[in-house]
Amino acid sequence: MDGAAVPRFPRGVRLREDAARGRWVVLAPERAFVPDDVALEVLKLVDGERSVGGIADLLAARFDAPREVIEADIAEMLRDLAERGVVVAG
Amino acid sequence: MTGDEMRAPPPLGLLAELTHRCPLRCPYCSNPTELHRASRELDAATWGRIFAEASALGVLQVHLSGGEPTARRDLPAIIRHAVSAGLYTNLITSGVLTDERRFAELVEAGLDHVQLSVQDAEASSADRIGGYAGGHARKLRFAPIVRAAGLPLTLNAVVHRQNLDRLPDLIELALTLGAGRLEVAHVQYYGWALRNRAALLPTRAQLDAATDTVNRARDELKGRLVIDYVVPDYYATLPKACMGGWGRQFLAVSPTGLALPCHAAESLPGFTFPDLRTTSLQDAWNNSEAFNRFRGTAWMPEPCRGCARKEQDWGGCRCQAFALTGDAANTDPACALSPHHALLDLAVREAAEATHEFTYREMGRAPAPATG
Repeated sequence: MDGAAVPRFPRGVRLREDAARGRWVVLAPERAFVPDDVALEVLKLVDGERSVGGIADLLAARFDAPREVIEADIAEMLRDLAERGVVVAG
Repeated sequence: MTGDEMRAPPPLGLLAELTHRCPLRCPYCSNPTELHRASRELDAATWGRIFAEASALGVLQVHLSGGEPTARRDLPAIIRHAVSAGLYTNLITSGVLTDERRFAELVEAGLDHVQLSVQDAEASSADRIGGYAGGHARKLRFAPIVRAAGLPLTLNAVVHRQNLDRLPDLIELALTLGAGRLEVAHVQYYGWALRNRAALLPTRAQLDAATDTVNRARDELKGRLVIDYVVPDYYATLPKACMGGWGRQFLAVSPTGLALPCHAAESLPGFTFPDLRTTSLQDAWNNSEAFNRFRGTAWMPEPCRGCARKEQDWGGCRCQAFALTGDAANTDPACALSPHHALLDLAVREAAEATHEFTYREMGRAPAPATG
């Protein structure tokens, strides 16, 4: 999962709002994860078209933070989520 | 308890038992021993209303089960109702009734995930346990249909004395079929399984070998296969938080529309379970006596009442307490602190002497209650 990789949710994994509990959840086969605030910002931008670099551009602008640091953090987070089957590199 | 103290957190999951009809006759079926016929099943529109109410209440995932849920001709319509309610849909199936064309209808309706059961890794034994000739071969044809459609697949292997030695083969089968998850589910002994307990209880040596197998496979297959595995109650010293606690995270709805805190609860005497034909799901969950009876900790007897773990295991399984002690309000005998804990050792010793004969699950053939 480097800067050019395009992450997407595999079939059977979905991010959705859990309005009854005031949070967002990732729904997966017989499991549900509650992403932390940072992961949620990233996962909301995962659409199967935007690259890791593209997500970094948006978040760097939004949080006024150094882009290289953000891209490295995002790539690491997505690698971890990919190992757990939550995202795949498209 | 009053007011706020009684207010339950909303449920996360709903088990929809769409029918009790099933071509298989597994002797450990989790359905009640009194099975209902097709004429009493809820129609698709009523399931649609229940799903909408469940979603509004906070349910995220619906598990479409049975019996065999694909025995319902209107399953695509039922799935569409769940999808339009925003629920994640999981089909729990034996896979023996579904060909490519029929599965395409379920996918088109929006199905998210399939859990396929197998009775063994070896066809002749699997067909004998399921009581259905040719069933295993049909399952092996069904799994590739699921994978070809791009859906994630979980393999569910119910294990017991008569198949536990083939656990390595079951793990291999999960890999061959392209499953991302494998549930190694020890039989739970109430209802049909309690009647067949002596033929099904594994030995301690089998259990230890299985636990080693799972631990090794989890290491070797990291990133390829997730294995769910829990040590069975009959060899446990601490009870499990059955259903995450009575009326805390989960509910089941029977084919005829009864809301149940657990799929086996219908067999408990002295309950009036809410009928969702006439009661809303929200009212059933929040206000019914049946859901409130074993909520929280105030109902607990000793040794649960004074136990530091009472909000971890919630007293264990009510159905097992009833099945073994005759009182659903007792501490689960799986707990080493239960005055009835010795019953489990006794059952294990009896099973060591027993044959492998089953009483198969069939409509109109409720087994005599087991003693013990």
